[in-house]
Amino acid sequence: MTGAERVAIDVEAVTAEPASDAFLSVRDLQVQFPTEDGIVQAVNGINLDLARGQTLGIVGESGSGKSVTSQAILGLLKGTSAQVTGSITLDGQDLVRASEADMQKLRGDVMSMIFQDPLSSMHPFYRVGDQIREAYLVHNHVGKKAAHQATVDMLRRVGIPNPDSRYRDYPHQFSGGMRQRAMIAMALICNPKLLIADEPTTALDVTVQAQILELIKDLQREYNSAVILITHDLGVVAETCERVLVMYGGQCVEMGTVDEIFYHPEMPYTWGLLGSMPRMDRTRQARLQPIAGQPPSLIQVPKGCVFNPRCRFTDRVPGNACREVRPDLVAAAGSHPVRCHIDSAERKRIWSSEIAAKL
Amino acid sequence: MLRFLIRRFLALIALLIATSIVTFLLFFAGPSDVAANSCGKGCTPERIQQARVALGLDKPLVVQYLEYMKGLVAGREMGPPNGRYWCSWPCFGTSFQNNRPVWDIIKTALPFTLSIAIGAAAIFLIFGVGIGVTAALHRGKWPDKVAVAISSLGVSLPAPFIGLLFLWIVVSKWQLLPYTSNTVTSPWNPDPWTWFKNYLLAWLTLALIFGANYVRLTRANMIETMGEDYIRTARAKGLPSRTVTLKHGLRAAITPVVTVFGLDLGALLGGAVLTETIFSVPGLGRTAVNATFNQDLPIVMAVVLFSAFFIIFANIIVDILYAVIDPRVRLN
Repeated sequence: MTGAERVAIDVEAVTAEPASDAFLSVRDLQVQFPTEDGIVQAVNGINLDLARGQTLGIVGESGSGKSVTSQAILGLLKGTSAQVTGSITLDGQDLVRASEADMQKLRGDVMSMIFQDPLSSMHPFYRVGDQIREAYLVHNHVGKKAAHQATVDMLRRVGIPNPDSRYRDYPHQFSGGMRQRAMIAMALICNPKLLIADEPTTALDVTVQAQILELIKDLQREYNSAVILITHDLGVVAETCERVLVMYGGQCVEMGTVDEIFYHPEMPYTWGLLGSMPRMDRTRQARLQPIAGQPPSLIQVPKGCVFNPRCRFTDRVPGNACREVRPDLVAAAGSHPVRCHIDSAERKRIWSSEIAAKL
Repeated sequence: MLRFLIRRFLALIALLIATSIVTFLLFFAGPSDVAANSCGKGCTPERIQQARVALGLDKPLVVQYLEYMKGLVAGREMGPPNGRYWCSWPCFGTSFQNNRPVWDIIKTALPFTLSIAIGAAAIFLIFGVGIGVTAALHRGKWPDKVAVAISSLGVSLPAPFIGLLFLWIVVSKWQLLPYTSNTVTSPWNPDPWTWFKNYLLAWLTLALIFGANYVRLTRANMIETMGEDYIRTARAKGLPSRTVTLKHGLRAAITPVVTVFGLDLGALLGGAVLTETIFSVPGLGRTAVNATFNQDLPIVMAVVLFSAFFIIFANIIVDILYAVIDPRVRLN
């Protein structure tokens, strides 16, 4: 792919029109929660496109708006105090304006979600199998027997041994890895076209983590699903995703292919993320470099660039632009979309001479 | 599950024995002279001595207790040396007032208490939980505010106030319902409608007091449960909101309510003292109060044992119900 082609695709990704091949298309998504302390601007203008068979990683710290974005897509914020604006288009259907009844039909069937903590995400009083079967029964007009068989097949498919007897177990009788497999079975039982995995491996040990990711990838290939993988683990992203969206303070601050984000990142926040990640493929250095400071308050979002209070490079921009002017998400020629005031050529220079060498 | 049941049953028996010992000591090893009480005022020392022998109070405490317990399970001989008679099981002794067997008195009072307790419990459970769920689902809106207001009122008002208010307005002023009668003991004696009218005000009084607690408890639990991760999962599966609320939400939120309900019902079966007194219902509570005023020890002892039995039994039932509701309990 030449540089010119890449620019064309990425610019298209942030314009108002959905990409033609996109299965899911999000435009200017805003989510606000009114609270007693003020309005929490949890998500502020997210754009993304995703085709079937593709995997998009969303990375960022806790509170950066990753999970809220996914819940907005699934319509789980309907009926809460949250105000969702912008557009979310799934296979041509506008989900922001869709009724709760329409969303119920889509949820768990066309799109579904794997949650982070499978123990608290499963009902403690019902059998694992029955909870999965419930998801199948609500979207398929079949008898209980057929649904039972589909559930057992799915449990076997996600690698649970003796699915016939494990069907009757309760969530607390499963191990952590088994529970996450059961969660995946629940999410995939209706063969969804869009799968959102919200930190699916966070609570698991590394071997199980790898198995679970492999399983998600396998099932994605088999069903040709579009997958959004939400995580704060960059290693997981590098292994699993084609494209990455870096979120900070409810905004997308950088978006690109895995290669672009890992080998040519241009946003100081992404540099910070990469700098705070342990690397097994490099020689060991003295210390990981955490990003100084705290994530921003989403009630009083910093003026100018959201990242400016923690950014080490604000002096590279003439004047006081970083503290005064909100930068746009723009792709410079031969590059991917970045939300930063520093000149693109200068960003590339800082990355290669000052940052990359130290990682 | 069977081992669980057996363990609980053994615990029930052990607790009952412990309770009976404590109750027995409280009354028969206490400072008041039982023989003098049984004999009444103006009793000569000789008569008191006779009463002491007749009641077996001259024997050691342990023997007295074992005699009493034997009477409970197998019956025993009672009375003065020259007039021994057989008191068949369950023998709680005879009333000091009129020599009536205590078991007869209890048997007469029990249907009234059962009528009050079961009717009231049904009302406060159904309405308490129902209103609590409605309030939780409309949190901050008018149904919630009304529910919270009513439950605050119910919690703060004392039973005599509510009961007397009902009696004054509904029975005296408007004459919508009859005064409670001493003969209506069950829905089939004489008929369900009479039974219903007879106890309705007593039920409502108790329901207002107990139900308030259920509204608050259900509301708080329901609000907490609806914020749980598994509720989000249930919604993410695409289940209709009715299923999410009732099958996933209420099922989990109801657990603590079951505990409180069991204990409340147990306590009510032991006699609702104030309510029975206000509405002149000759149930266990009122029997106990009258017996206390008359220092009629065998009756008081029997009612205390009965109340303890109901509460312990209710506890065991709650334990078993818990295991049925929550599969995580079954393991231990």
